[in-house]
Amino acid sequence: MLEIKGLRARAGEKEILRGIDLTVNAGEIHAVMGPNGSGKSTLAQVLAGHPAYEVTGGEVQYDGNDLLDMDPEVRAQAGIFLAFQYPVEIPGISNAYFLRAAYNEIRKARGHEEVDSMDFLDLLEEKLRLVEWGPEIMSRAVNSGFSGGEKKRNEILQMAVLEPRLAILDETDSGLDIDALRIVASGVNALRRPDNATIIVTHYQRLLNYIVPDRVHVLSAGRIVKSGGKELAFELEAKGYEWLEQEVGAAS
Amino acid sequence: MSSSVEALVNKEYKYGFVTDIEADSAPMGLNEDIIRLISSKKGEPGWLLDWRLKAFRGWLKMTEPHNWPNISYTPVDYQALRYYSAPRTAKPLGSLDEVDPKLLETYQKLGIPLTEQKLLAGVAVDAIFDSVSVGTTYKAKLAEAGVIFCSFGEAVREHPDLVRKYLGSVVPASDNFFAALNAAVFSDGSFVFVPRGVKCPMELSTYFRINAADTGQFERTLIIAEEGASVSYLEGCTAPKRDQNQLHAAVVELVALDDASIKYSTVQNWYAGDEEGKGGIYNFVTKRGKCVGVNSKISWTQVETGSAITWKYPSVILQGDNSVGEFYSVAVVNGRQQADTGTKMIHLGKNTRSTIVSKGISAGRGQNSYRGLVKVLPKAASARNYTQCDSMLIGNRCGAHTFPYIDVQNSTASVEHEASTSKIGEDQIFYLKQRGLNTENAISMIVNGFCKEVFKELPMEFAVEAQKLLGVSLEGSVG
Repeated sequence: MLEIKGLRARAGEKEILRGIDLTVNAGEIHAVMGPNGSGKSTLAQVLAGHPAYEVTGGEVQYDGNDLLDMDPEVRAQAGIFLAFQYPVEIPGISNAYFLRAAYNEIRKARGHEEVDSMDFLDLLEEKLRLVEWGPEIMSRAVNSGFSGGEKKRNEILQMAVLEPRLAILDETDSGLDIDALRIVASGVNALRRPDNATIIVTHYQRLLNYIVPDRVHVLSAGRIVKSGGKELAFELEAKGYEWLEQEVGAAS
Repeated sequence: MSSSVEALVNKEYKYGFVTDIEADSAPMGLNEDIIRLISSKKGEPGWLLDWRLKAFRGWLKMTEPHNWPNISYTPVDYQALRYYSAPRTAKPLGSLDEVDPKLLETYQKLGIPLTEQKLLAGVAVDAIFDSVSVGTTYKAKLAEAGVIFCSFGEAVREHPDLVRKYLGSVVPASDNFFAALNAAVFSDGSFVFVPRGVKCPMELSTYFRINAADTGQFERTLIIAEEGASVSYLEGCTAPKRDQNQLHAAVVELVALDDASIKYSTVQNWYAGDEEGKGGIYNFVTKRGKCVGVNSKISWTQVETGSAITWKYPSVILQGDNSVGEFYSVAVVNGRQQADTGTKMIHLGKNTRSTIVSKGISAGRGQNSYRGLVKVLPKAASARNYTQCDSMLIGNRCGAHTFPYIDVQNSTASVEHEASTSKIGEDQIFYLKQRGLNTENAISMIVNGFCKEVFKELPMEFAVEAQKLLGVSLEGSVG
């Protein structure tokens, strides 16, 4: 589904990604881990098309298309969803209106009819249950005055409604208490299907107690320095990133 | 980002067409003879001509405001303007059937169904084309309720006592430079009288259209709500594209007696000029309401998206005890547009209350200023004001300015002022794009959310138009 080859990107003068290779197949969950500043979030943002980053090399194929050639909204319409590390507030626009607009934009792009507000309400009900929310949240303005945990939950709700083919969770676990973590994780698990995939970007192993990844990759200084199964995450948790960086340093 | 913002804000002005109609115009220039000509064309009584001439003589001693407003413009050459232009017709217009079909076509192009469609929508329309009112719909139904809704000229003929009693009672002819000019040369406008105890059965509406070149438009609107009466009035404005600046100097006076309420809504979309600032309307307008009676209420809502320059301060004089004044405003500038707009809330009576919510949006090279006065006089015990003044910037070349004036002369008064400035950020737009919206829709959504408090004050039909004007389609939330 996603094939990244030699991806390099910079923000301003600073090169952050320095040759990423990563392949994600349908049905898989990948965890991308690494210390602060290793380029994890940048990778997530570049895949979603954030204009602050300039891709300087490499290529990314998504379902056989050149992802880097697509506008951010086209990527979204093609099923790429980024759960933001810092979700943005949009005062004056209700969560329901926003979410339905997004849902309909994506439907339109795929040649489907838009849904009206009544049908959308039915759809929402089920999705709200996933994140253990009542309908009140839908009349609040998007992320306005939401707590950190509520914002993250709202990201998962959006993901549940938009049903992406490729979801990228950027540090969705940071700043969450244990209950919120559980809700977020069960949301992700419930959405897991053979035809979609998830990339979880995280600093800590703890989210992976709830969401079991197929592959774990460790990023350091803009490169994937080690990949493995889920046990790699436990090893990292036990030994810290220094261990790996020393090992990589020794090897090179 | 800037290119997509420009695409949004520079949407082609679609009301820029000219209607080819033979017009009966006054010669260019302004002097007492022109004023006499206007007055006689309209068959006015002597007292009104005298009022005009007095205003004109006062105006000659006044100077065009250039120093205090935050706008810059070339002084207007008042001798190069035409002060009267009427579509030429054989006889005075009595009914819609007599209106030139080309005119009606114009209104259709503007999206104003003048007749049955509006009836279905429950809106009565007075349409002002250049200087003359071309037909007021639903007069009969309104007459049944005792409501008078007609052109100003007709009011002068049919209801001279009412006009004479209230004309200039809120905005005196000597009020300011443009109000004085208007008093001297006003050609038509709308008149509304809602008698005691009557709730006007439908929304009243006027569409203004400047068509002829080199023509100033100087309409005058007078709305009176007697004891316990209420009325909601809407106005919309468009003009053709022209290279020259055109002057629009209107006056609106509202009078609310005891327990009366008047709601006045404007969606102003005059031609704004091109990207270089060439052409466009100078919208120099004086709007003021007087809450004469106790427990009366006057509410202004304006959405100002057009005009090269907007200079207007819809205000309320809170004279009656417990009276309420409101001002809700969205002002958008882009290209080279300039706006200096706001309100004045003058608290005279006890326990008077006012609310000001101003949303300024600046894009392109636009300059947007909020200017507002809250004045509490010594007798206005327990007066209260709340002001909220928010500015939003789109891009790096525009400006937002706030000039609040607060003058409180009673120690029991309470005045609150909140202000904020925000910038549409790359991150906000990216967030919405990541959810599948294109840049245009993303910006619209953000701007729309920003203006929500004002849009919800507009009558439903107008709210839709206002949101469309900002390139937005909005619906209420599902929840």
